[in-house]
Amino acid sequence: MLEIFVGGEMNILVCVKQVPGSNEVQVDPNTGVLIRTQDNNKLNPYDLFSIEFALRLKELVGGSVTTLTMGPPQAKQTIEETISMGCDTGCVVSDRAFAGADVLATSYTLSQAIRKLGAFDLILCGKQTTDGDTAQVGAELAEHLGIPHLSNVSSLVSCSAKAIVVDAFQENLVITEQLPYPVLLCLDSEINTPRLPSYKRMKEHKAEVRILTLTDFEDKDISHYGLRGSPTQVQKIFPPEKNTDRELHEGSGRQLSDELAALLVAKKFV
Amino acid sequence: MALTIHQERIDAALAAKLIKACPFGALSYEEGKLSIGMGCKLCKLCVKQSLGAIEFIEEKLPCVDKSEYKGIVVFVDHYKGIIHNVTFELLGKAKELAAVTGQSVMALMIGSGISKIAEELFCYGADSVFVYDNPLLKDFLIEPYANVFEDFINRIKPSSVLVGATNVGRSLAPRVAARFKTGLTADCTSLEMLPDSDLVQIRPAFGGNIMARILTPRTRPQFCTVRYKIFSKPRRVEEFLKEITLMDIDGKFLTSSAVIEKILEKPSDVDISEADFIVACGRGIKSKADLAMARELADLLHARLACTRPLMECGWFNAKQQIGLSGRTVKPKLLITLGISGSVQFVAGAKGSECIIAINSDSKAQIFDVARYGFVGDLYEIVPNLIRKIKETRNVQ
Repeated sequence: MLEIFVGGEMNILVCVKQVPGSNEVQVDPNTGVLIRTQDNNKLNPYDLFSIEFALRLKELVGGSVTTLTMGPPQAKQTIEETISMGCDTGCVVSDRAFAGADVLATSYTLSQAIRKLGAFDLILCGKQTTDGDTAQVGAELAEHLGIPHLSNVSSLVSCSAKAIVVDAFQENLVITEQLPYPVLLCLDSEINTPRLPSYKRMKEHKAEVRILTLTDFEDKDISHYGLRGSPTQVQKIFPPEKNTDRELHEGSGRQLSDELAALLVAKKFV
Repeated sequence: MALTIHQERIDAALAAKLIKACPFGALSYEEGKLSIGMGCKLCKLCVKQSLGAIEFIEEKLPCVDKSEYKGIVVFVDHYKGIIHNVTFELLGKAKELAAVTGQSVMALMIGSGISKIAEELFCYGADSVFVYDNPLLKDFLIEPYANVFEDFINRIKPSSVLVGATNVGRSLAPRVAARFKTGLTADCTSLEMLPDSDLVQIRPAFGGNIMARILTPRTRPQFCTVRYKIFSKPRRVEEFLKEITLMDIDGKFLTSSAVIEKILEKPSDVDISEADFIVACGRGIKSKADLAMARELADLLHARLACTRPLMECGWFNAKQQIGLSGRTVKPKLLITLGISGSVQFVAGAKGSECIIAINSDSKAQIFDVARYGFVGDLYEIVPNLIRKIKETRNVQ
């Protein structure tokens, strides 16, 4: 049972990302050049769960929901979409100085933006994005903010003025944890069924999307951002081994089963 | 470190070509000027195609003294002292990597009442085992565990840190990596060691159709996570003479603002869509009794049993076990199909499988177009013998 102890308004921040509409990025095997099949963008589908979680919580206890994204200026569309879903305000962090950011630089940039935006009780991140797919930004962001975090959160148990109680998956366990605010939660996609954006609301609700750049940050040291602030370096990109490879085995039943057993062992399935 | 555009060498045609070449849509051309936006990931593909108009300028960035950091540490993932197999796999890999630089393999185990169990880590290749054994570390909580990990790194200074990409590992590794302002590469599918102790981390990037080779050239330690079953578990070798190193830490670092209220074990009934290994049966299975053979194979491979639509419709299976457009979509690491022809509808639900092995007597069956490995033959001859072979292999091991 969901117990709610209303204790004032909760300020919730949801981190979102604009991702390519299709992740069908391919490499031309001859030239090694990346081929972009589509260039329409969309809201990272895993973020829908955190937006839904935030909106339901706001409906229950009152407060506000702010969305935050880092990306090129056109990521503003994504923030507008979240507003059409019911979020109150949103912010895009965009600066050329942020280009080439890895997990550390991305999470640090977001932490600077959050410090600028104000105090939040609850910060929500999706499980992962469909483009970077690292699922590591949330935990690093919590570290930069100096607040606890919990990953794989699967349901809300209760929520009071002082703390939130949630369930989280840990392999084959479900852990019920009570966390005081401020706290960052990374949500599992089992947590809810997200709502759809309302176009009616989109028309009615024209919230201003705030844009933050490096000059707005407390830490303006350019070496902490983008490629310079990224300890990892992509040395090169290359196509994966062809999965169109096919191997056909023919022969007697005995021979085939021997070959198949050897294959399963070689592939570590046995 | 940046890309410099020599605008005088850019014309509309070249700009169009470069804009098309950029996989991240980071380039734009307005009023005769090409500019690079923040979508840029510095993949440098534009540099290669720009005929010299875009230049990548290397910049010397500060770098730690790498000689101060030595050895590879594996974080030991366990629940109540039962060590997750990914830990042993990583120890095996660490041993291979350490051989390149002649450094040592370490294991870091955090928990309560685990000192005896930790000795087992020597049997899988750890040269030294560091244990933080304290009742306050009984269950995984992010704050004390991150503090302990920090203490370990400050005292021992490992060069590389390998962490299993379990729920715990994926929460802890980024937290600690961020604390040291160092690099973390998640879900590596391959690792190599360079003579200068740089760890080459390879993983799928940008959605999975491209691989990226990633280095952490300026900071230490270099963190990476690796999923279960990416590397092989090494053979266990009995070790008696080595001793674990017990590490002390001030209790003030072991407090947590989060409190665990309860821990429940999840029922293990997984849907076939979650299964990593699946054996699927089709119309090539002649009678319901023959399913026992398929089930035995599935059990041996720790696989779930699944079916095609006709076998569900005839009542041999329930709807939750059907793969296909009208059934479930599966993405297992291994899918073995027995007597399945491979209709478009079936393939729609199965094509996400990492490896499909098909057994079918008809060499023209469509399943062989999508299977990585096709075995053209009678499943009634192949499967029983295969079961016998797997059992033999298990016994030898």
